[in-house]
Amino acid sequence: MSATADTAQAHPSAVQREGRGRARQQRSAVTRAPWILLAPFLALFALTFIFPIIAAVGSSFTKVTRSGLFGETGVHSGFAGFENYARALGDGSFLASIGRVLLFGVVQVPVMIALCTVLALLLESASAKWPGFFRAAYFMPYGVPGVIATILWSFLYVPGLSPIVDAATSVGLNVNFLGPDTVLWSIANIVTWSYTGYNMLIVIAQLKSIPGEIYEAARVDGAGPFRVAWTIQLPLIRPALVLTTVFSIIGTLQLFAEAQVLQTVAPAVDSQYTPNLSAYTTAFAYNDYNVAAAQAVLIALAAFILSFTFLRFTNRKSS
Amino acid sequence: MTATPTLSRPQSVAGEPPVTRRRRPGSTTILVTGLLVVAALYFLVPVYWVVVAATKTSGDLFATNGFLFAPNFVLWDNLANVLSYGDGVFVRWFLNSILYAGVGALAATYFAAAGGYALAKYNFRGNSLIFGLVLGGVLVPGTATALPLFLFFSQLGIANTYWSVLLPSLVSPFGLFLCRVYAQATVDPALLEAARIDGAGELRIFHSVGLRVLTPALVTVFLFQLVGIWNNYFLPLVMLSDSKLFPITVGLNNWLSQADRLPEFYQLTTGGVLLSVIPLAIAMIVLQRFWRGGLTEGAVK
Repeated sequence: MSATADTAQAHPSAVQREGRGRARQQRSAVTRAPWILLAPFLALFALTFIFPIIAAVGSSFTKVTRSGLFGETGVHSGFAGFENYARALGDGSFLASIGRVLLFGVVQVPVMIALCTVLALLLESASAKWPGFFRAAYFMPYGVPGVIATILWSFLYVPGLSPIVDAATSVGLNVNFLGPDTVLWSIANIVTWSYTGYNMLIVIAQLKSIPGEIYEAARVDGAGPFRVAWTIQLPLIRPALVLTTVFSIIGTLQLFAEAQVLQTVAPAVDSQYTPNLSAYTTAFAYNDYNVAAAQAVLIALAAFILSFTFLRFTNRKSS
Repeated sequence: MTATPTLSRPQSVAGEPPVTRRRRPGSTTILVTGLLVVAALYFLVPVYWVVVAATKTSGDLFATNGFLFAPNFVLWDNLANVLSYGDGVFVRWFLNSILYAGVGALAATYFAAAGGYALAKYNFRGNSLIFGLVLGGVLVPGTATALPLFLFFSQLGIANTYWSVLLPSLVSPFGLFLCRVYAQATVDPALLEAARIDGAGELRIFHSVGLRVLTPALVTVFLFQLVGIWNNYFLPLVMLSDSKLFPITVGLNNWLSQADRLPEFYQLTTGGVLLSVIPLAIAMIVLQRFWRGGLTEGAVK
């Protein structure tokens, strides 16, 4: 982030030459002020981010043993080394869930980013009628919580309720949106539906920041709309595309609500369908917090590694 | 992709004044608008379905075509059922969501503004360390912190209270990041100097000068956090067991999960979904104009 470097220049050299005492007083006020301003944020950040992360890492290295038949004679906790991680990674279902969301991400993220880019370019193309209406319609699903979006789409997936399934059946097609092979892509559809409009707005914001003279120059050179899109708009909206892709990667690894809600209608979605669902099940159904903590740490690590790999990859490509 | 300029060269541009940036002949407009209409159908169909479904009786819901209205129009009965079921628990969920999202977003925006302003406008030891930590926080999946937080809150005895959902909602690392970038770009150091010479205290300068200049970024941070809390599911699901404290997301899923045993819950869920989607859809349509700037300000280098 190049922004960090500017801080030094923003130094509040508040020292006035007249009135030494007042200057000193003001200087100490200037040293105190940032901490007072930061205090509430930092306190809450420490409570809800730093502390839980340390606690999660800590308990992922802890093992709890209960002595006695029902643990009545005492609970001992001790250092477990990588035992919890070994158990998390030795769990075939957890590994399968990671593979599943990776496959999901490899397909869904590019599709969504391409779709939101195309929609943004079309909306900004000056050939579009009623861009305000379309923009609002595409953005609307972002305000629908993932759970409610999933409930909505599940009605369109469930045979008997869904007019889409009915229509397909009436022309002799047998579609099953909730089968073991298809339900992952049904979830991908829900996620795409929810976030395309939001990502599109980010792309549009960046498109709007392209100076008009550049278009003017391209027009004078006789460039058509496809050429303008390919050689001018796409390279200039790269930062927005990188940003939306990183957020989408993080979001994919966190998949939870969609899978959890679809469990009620799709037997193919088990209690370890996504990594997060797996950690949730380990913690609350099996009451094994230490392994769940190891799983949570692994999910966060995977998000970090994937985001940074992607950022590095795109940075190298651009330089 | 090789561009074919001849295909798309404006054909009727000669007689027109070059006022508009680019002017295309009608066929392009029809094609583009057609594509946009198809996309709009995709985004609006589920909402249309739930509008139709909410007007039907339980029997018609399964017996009639989902995209067509049934002869029996019972929308008002259904909505009345949604609102009165379980002593009006739906209304309570709705108010809970408003409380979590409204209070959370307001406070989070204020804290993020103060922090971001402090990081941008004061040079002090630890400045970049704090900024680095917070940036890391942007990338930490919210679900990774929810489990340890639940264990900690249980020990404090505040799990399953309003606080357990509100407290984590008060922090927006992304908001602080955005406010810092925005403050750096827009808050003029000379303005702060002038205020200091006038004898204003540092906090007063932040409240009277800083907040005012930061307003556009604050709107973005507020909306972002508002939607984030409103849509949150994992945190309240983990924290809350008392259904009176549920936000609307957890509550409605609770209803849906009973639908396979008790089909009348299908009606309750569709009605509830409709009631919760309509205000949000309107809010999104109204708010998207404010969304325009802001979000990428952190990304544009």
